[in-house]
Amino acid sequence: MDKPLLAVRDLRKYFPIGGSLFSARRALVKAVDGISFTINAGETLGLVGESGCGKTTTSKLVLAAEVATAGTVEFEGRNVAELRGADLQDYRRKVQVVFQDPYSSLSPRMRVGDIIGEPIKAHERLSSADVRARVAQLLELVGFRPDVARLFPHEFSGGQRQRLAIARALSTNARLVVLDEPVSALDVSIRAHIISLLEEIQQRLAVSYLFIAHDLAAVVHLSRQTAVMYLGKLVEVAESLELCAQPLHPYTKALFAASLPSHPDEPRQDIVLTGEVPGAIDPPRGCHFHPRCPFVMPRCSEHEPPLVELSPGHRVACHLY
Amino acid sequence: MPPLLDVRDLCTYYVGFRGTRVVKAVDGVSFSVEAGETFGLVGESGCGKTTTCHSIVRLLAPSARIVSGAIELEGEDLVVKSQSEMRRIRGHRIATILQDPMASLDPLFSIYDQVAEPAYYHQGLRGQTLRQRVKQLLTAVRIPSPELRMKEYPHQMSGGMRQRIVGAISQAGGPQIIIADEPTTNLDVTIQLQYLNLLKDLQRATGVALIFVTHNLGIVAKMCDRVAVMYAGRIVEMQSVRGLFYKPRHPYTRALLDSIPKLGVKEPLCGIPGQPPDLSNLPAGCSFHPRCQRAVDRCRVDEPRQDDLNGDGSVRCWMPIEEGAARG
Repeated sequence: MDKPLLAVRDLRKYFPIGGSLFSARRALVKAVDGISFTINAGETLGLVGESGCGKTTTSKLVLAAEVATAGTVEFEGRNVAELRGADLQDYRRKVQVVFQDPYSSLSPRMRVGDIIGEPIKAHERLSSADVRARVAQLLELVGFRPDVARLFPHEFSGGQRQRLAIARALSTNARLVVLDEPVSALDVSIRAHIISLLEEIQQRLAVSYLFIAHDLAAVVHLSRQTAVMYLGKLVEVAESLELCAQPLHPYTKALFAASLPSHPDEPRQDIVLTGEVPGAIDPPRGCHFHPRCPFVMPRCSEHEPPLVELSPGHRVACHLY
Repeated sequence: MPPLLDVRDLCTYYVGFRGTRVVKAVDGVSFSVEAGETFGLVGESGCGKTTTCHSIVRLLAPSARIVSGAIELEGEDLVVKSQSEMRRIRGHRIATILQDPMASLDPLFSIYDQVAEPAYYHQGLRGQTLRQRVKQLLTAVRIPSPELRMKEYPHQMSGGMRQRIVGAISQAGGPQIIIADEPTTNLDVTIQLQYLNLLKDLQRATGVALIFVTHNLGIVAKMCDRVAVMYAGRIVEMQSVRGLFYKPRHPYTRALLDSIPKLGVKEPLCGIPGQPPDLSNLPAGCSFHPRCQRAVDRCRVDEPRQDDLNGDGSVRCWMPIEEGAARG
């Protein structure tokens, strides 16, 4: 088997909070607390979880925008934390990002051609004419006519802006694109477009995606593998279709139960979670999920369940199994 | 007997400076809501859902005008009421739940003050009776230890709790109708499910009618009895919820249903080509025709009428999908 494109091993990120400049005692927010996953070339890993579970911190760690407290991110077999100079710049060229809000991620003062052309100029020595030609190609890839390059972002709607953001992410021949809630801010009819466009681009360019969202249906649709995150930890990782057919972790089951029906008579298991997501500052002992879990057992509050592989490719962290 | 709320041919326009630009946000909308039912208003952003709701409670922006139409609550026309008369209706007979609970709660007043206010003004409760009522309302929306919590302030609550407090406030005046405008958009999925179940329980207990405004068809499937689909300021289709999901008649409804990913099924998604139109410069004929796959010449010229469907409901289309036609 080929080596994975991206391998994340036991990644941790703790943020200190409270205390003052002179007091040593500080509390830690364990935003990401020991997660491992891999993404193969041309494949998509979906990451689902509720707000505050560490999805965005994970994406920042992968983008090398934050320094991990412990653990490693390996890209094409090299530890990203050890990359320096030209190697690091090359990493940043190969790993790009699309953010949630296309209104704040595109500069209102730059023309579309400059927005998409800027990463190309930063990473490659090309003549202006070549940059323009590349920009035109990219615009066609995301479904625009090349002459929109002279327009400004305010002349586009939300869905169109998101397509521009995708074109920018692809401008430097990225191998991995981190999609941080790319469709959450869009209307349903436009959302379907962007998801289809992302699928099409993946087929044509064999680019990998790390797709982060809270909408389970969209994640499962786009991703080959789906990882479910709760309070800084992965609780279940499986092939997307298997996860749908057979969710194992009680939290995954609850997420499926909470996802809305696609028609009025859809039968559903009703697992209604009580309580809310506890804060990451002082997470519950043992399994983080135990105070809300309908199947809680005495040992859940004492021992933390490890993520074990139950069947090939299906990993779950729960004492029930 | 007239319906509880009857909206007829409502037109609300936003008029720009010196009338140079007129945005027809709501353009000839008619629907009615019966006591105790849940009526859904679905559509994409900018289709006029929220303006319709704000017209009902008369909380429109200064640039908006109700140009024509009637809004009757048990036979009384709300459009001709003065703002002081409306103050006796808002919160008392029609309550609203808005999208962002942090914006609808006042950070400077305690939870008790905010939940008590409608009961104080509209039901004339005072002293211990008022206190008991607030406690009962907070218990009904499942706020743990209400006696302690009512002394706290909105910033001390989580997002889900704040939205439940807004739910308690909407109940406080004993309304006949609650208008819920995207109440769960800012909540996480598991909290969203809790909140939707809570609204259903409250409805069962009090018999209040709900007008549910949303862009999420899943919420419609879960919550609503009847649904109206809005597009560019008009209701294009109105049906019972099962009729809408199993036998959609308007091409736009069909397209919306096809654009949501379904769990566990990897069918390609069909989006709707193009953009929603500019409401100040609508296309001639049917405003959906530039994006419609079934459009014929007539759609580009003539505006479709609202045709009654057999039984309940209506559709506004020259080329409606035939009943019993195959999916696709």
